[in-house]
Amino acid sequence: MSDKNSNHSDGQSRREAGPCGDAAGTKNFFKVLNLRKSIGEQKILRGVDLNIRRGETMVVIGRSGEGKSVFLKHLIGLMKPDSGSIVVEGKEVVGLKERQLRAVRHKVGILFQDGALFDSMTVAENVAFPLMEAGVKDRTVLLERVGQALDKVELAAHMAKMPINISGGMRKRVALARAIIAEPQCILYDEPTSGLDPVVSESIDRLIRRMQKELCVTSLVVTHDMDSVFRIADRVAYLREGKIYFLGTPQELRNSKDRFVRSFVEGRQIEDED
Amino acid sequence: MVRLIEMTGSLVTRFLRYQGEIAQLMLETLKAFFLGKVRWQLVGQQIVAIGFGSQLVVIVTGAFTGAVFAAQSYFKFSEFGMESAVGAVVSISMCRELGPVLTGLMVAGRVGASMAAEIGTMKVTEQIDALRAMGVHPIDYLVIPRTIAIMVSMPLLVAEAIGFGMVASHIIVVYGFKVPGAWYLNHVIEHTALIDISIGMIKGFVFSIVIVMIACHEGLTANNGAVGVGKGTTAAVVVSSLVLLIFNFFLSLILNYMSPLGSS
Ligand SMILES: Nc1ncnc2c1ncn2[C@@H]1O[C@H](COP(=O)(O)OP(=O)(O)OP(=O)(O)O)[C@@H](O)[C@H]1O
Ligand SMILES: [Mg+2]
Repeated sequence: MSDKNSNHSDGQSRREAGPCGDAAGTKNFFKVLNLRKSIGEQKILRGVDLNIRRGETMVVIGRSGEGKSVFLKHLIGLMKPDSGSIVVEGKEVVGLKERQLRAVRHKVGILFQDGALFDSMTVAENVAFPLMEAGVKDRTVLLERVGQALDKVELAAHMAKMPINISGGMRKRVALARAIIAEPQCILYDEPTSGLDPVVSESIDRLIRRMQKELCVTSLVVTHDMDSVFRIADRVAYLREGKIYFLGTPQELRNSKDRFVRSFVEGRQIEDED
Repeated sequence: MVRLIEMTGSLVTRFLRYQGEIAQLMLETLKAFFLGKVRWQLVGQQIVAIGFGSQLVVIVTGAFTGAVFAAQSYFKFSEFGMESAVGAVVSISMCRELGPVLTGLMVAGRVGASMAAEIGTMKVTEQIDALRAMGVHPIDYLVIPRTIAIMVSMPLLVAEAIGFGMVASHIIVVYGFKVPGAWYLNHVIEHTALIDISIGMIKGFVFSIVIVMIACHEGLTANNGAVGVGKGTTAAVVVSSLVLLIFNFFLSLILNYMSPLGSS
């Protein structure tokens, strides 16, 4: 990983070298424009603008409760914005009906912050779910793919357990396996490494990286873990007060002089609040 | 006084909104039935859960209701020497009223509650969002299988309750009170037509829609975590039981108009 500390043109060249270069069509996977959302009295998103390029790993950081998960849910139409536009691969999704969102949702996998595993199914059935919905019926194929996906998150030994009987960190990894098994073009990760030990965290980061390199997956990662940010990010967006306050490469983030950015990166309170 | 009017006003709007939401859910379910694909495996699982799982409840309800009703009728009727009427009274009321209503109430309590709790829990733990995120419509996956299963199961459960009620009343009257069996049976058969049992089953069918729609609605709109799920579950049972009783009254009027008692 010698390239991880170099400047931002590096991310560019990595993308072009990979299989993503030949993916024709629009350059941006997501194009979000002036997205606004209030729940009750609370204004959560106050005009988010963000483009996510095909094949890049975008990391979204921000304080707890800033609306990162809410933002993620908007991208695939799980929540409806008050105003604004979200274009996925050239197709506007705001205003689409539930059934019309199917096509978009099949392109995008999502890892929910709390896993959201189906608690009436075993680990293996959970992971197999996206494949079965995609029409894979052959049991041997299913079993093999589920095995592979669980291997990637080091949980192949726990296939037959129920979600309620595994630990929180394991649940999250099962959810991750479920999010990636159908090999979607884009994966949204909501805090993939929170609650995991450092060793597993690192291997999850490597997995995210590998997915991007091998399958040219567009990734959007919400995280609080700054180590992880510098390991995986091509670009970083800092969500603050309902807007994208900072957008740039990890290097730019590190070198930023802005006091809010500094305080977040270094993890300390702003001292001289005026 | 103003407050009173305000309160009634808000109650009425809430009532109307609730009705609207239920109607919308019914419409969406109907649409999903034709648009989405029906997952027959889930339908099968639900039939087992609803139909097979309710056996004990329905048998006990049917049998003991039939028995106690027969006994009470016998006590009263034998004062006038009208033992022969017991069979007719028991059979008609079991078929037309007691069978469907009691089965409906028991199923609302057992099945409606578990549906609301299960779907509600899925809602508050984001499992429904997870379904949607994978391109699976929650109505297709959760509501359709339950609706088909309960619509198939309920009429049969009602028939079963009626059957056990009749058998129990026969045992009570014939073996308990020593009324000649052939004579009693003859009266029952003479006064019971296929239409009476059909009315029970039709009611069961209508009640099944009431139960499943209200339970699914409560589940799908649950929020506020465990407390919300609890409230939704209670509401599902209470509301569907009340609606069921009210519907029963009007159904009785309509069905009696179409097929008056003793017309057969
Ligand atoms: N269903 C909801 N109803 C009401 N408020 C909500 C709802 N969902 C989110 N919020 C509010 O929106 C804000 C943003 O929530 P969100 O979950 O997106 O935060 P987050 O940035 O993901 O935080 P964290 O890093 O802790 O996960 C919070 O203040 C929360 O209270
Ligand atoms: Mg969050």
